[in-house]
Amino acid sequence: MQNYELMVIFTPVLSEEEFKTSQKKYADFIVANSGEVVHSNPWGLKSLAYPVQKKTTGIYWVLEYKAQSDINEKLKIQLLRDEQVLRHQVIKLDKYAVEYNLKKRSGVSTGVEKAVEG
Amino acid sequence: MAKANEIKYLTAIKTEKPKKKFCRFKKYGIRYIDYKDAEFLKKFLNDQGKLLPRRLTGNSLKYQRKVSEAVKRARQMAILPYVTDLLK
Repeated sequence: MQNYELMVIFTPVLSEEEFKTSQKKYADFIVANSGEVVHSNPWGLKSLAYPVQKKTTGIYWVLEYKAQSDINEKLKIQLLRDEQVLRHQVIKLDKYAVEYNLKKRSGVSTGVEKAVEG
Repeated sequence: MAKANEIKYLTAIKTEKPKKKFCRFKKYGIRYIDYKDAEFLKKFLNDQGKLLPRRLTGNSLKYQRKVSEAVKRARQMAILPYVTDLLK
């Protein structure tokens, strides 16, 4: 069971409950394929650094999950088919990344603040 | 009449010693660079949004690669721009 992190940008015209339903859709998809959702973190509406598909803002959503490796292919097909999704990215997390995310969630200092002035 | 280059100073001219660069990841024990943390990644970009070379950031090779990978992921997800002016 590998650790993955999925980040999705939805179109800004999405309403709140549509955003919730699509979050649930993908989370359920992962759980259905014997995966396990570790943490879902919707950022909400954010302005993009450059226009994507003629839109300058997007709704960000980050989902961390554990799953078999073959799930990502199916997930990609779902994401490509969904026209509400502007862009998506799946990242494999190594053990340091998982530890970093855990620390960041639990509020423990991740050491990055110390390095900022460096 | 002493020409400019023949002027001898009594004490050596105080040249500003460059600050000893260190790899902040090794020093502070950071093992993972998050691509979502735009503020931290901006420290490694110049004001056009381009990646700074290792000799300026002082990073070790291993972490410079991790930084460039994180920056490229952030650019892909429109967290950081590919090219801009006055990024800071």
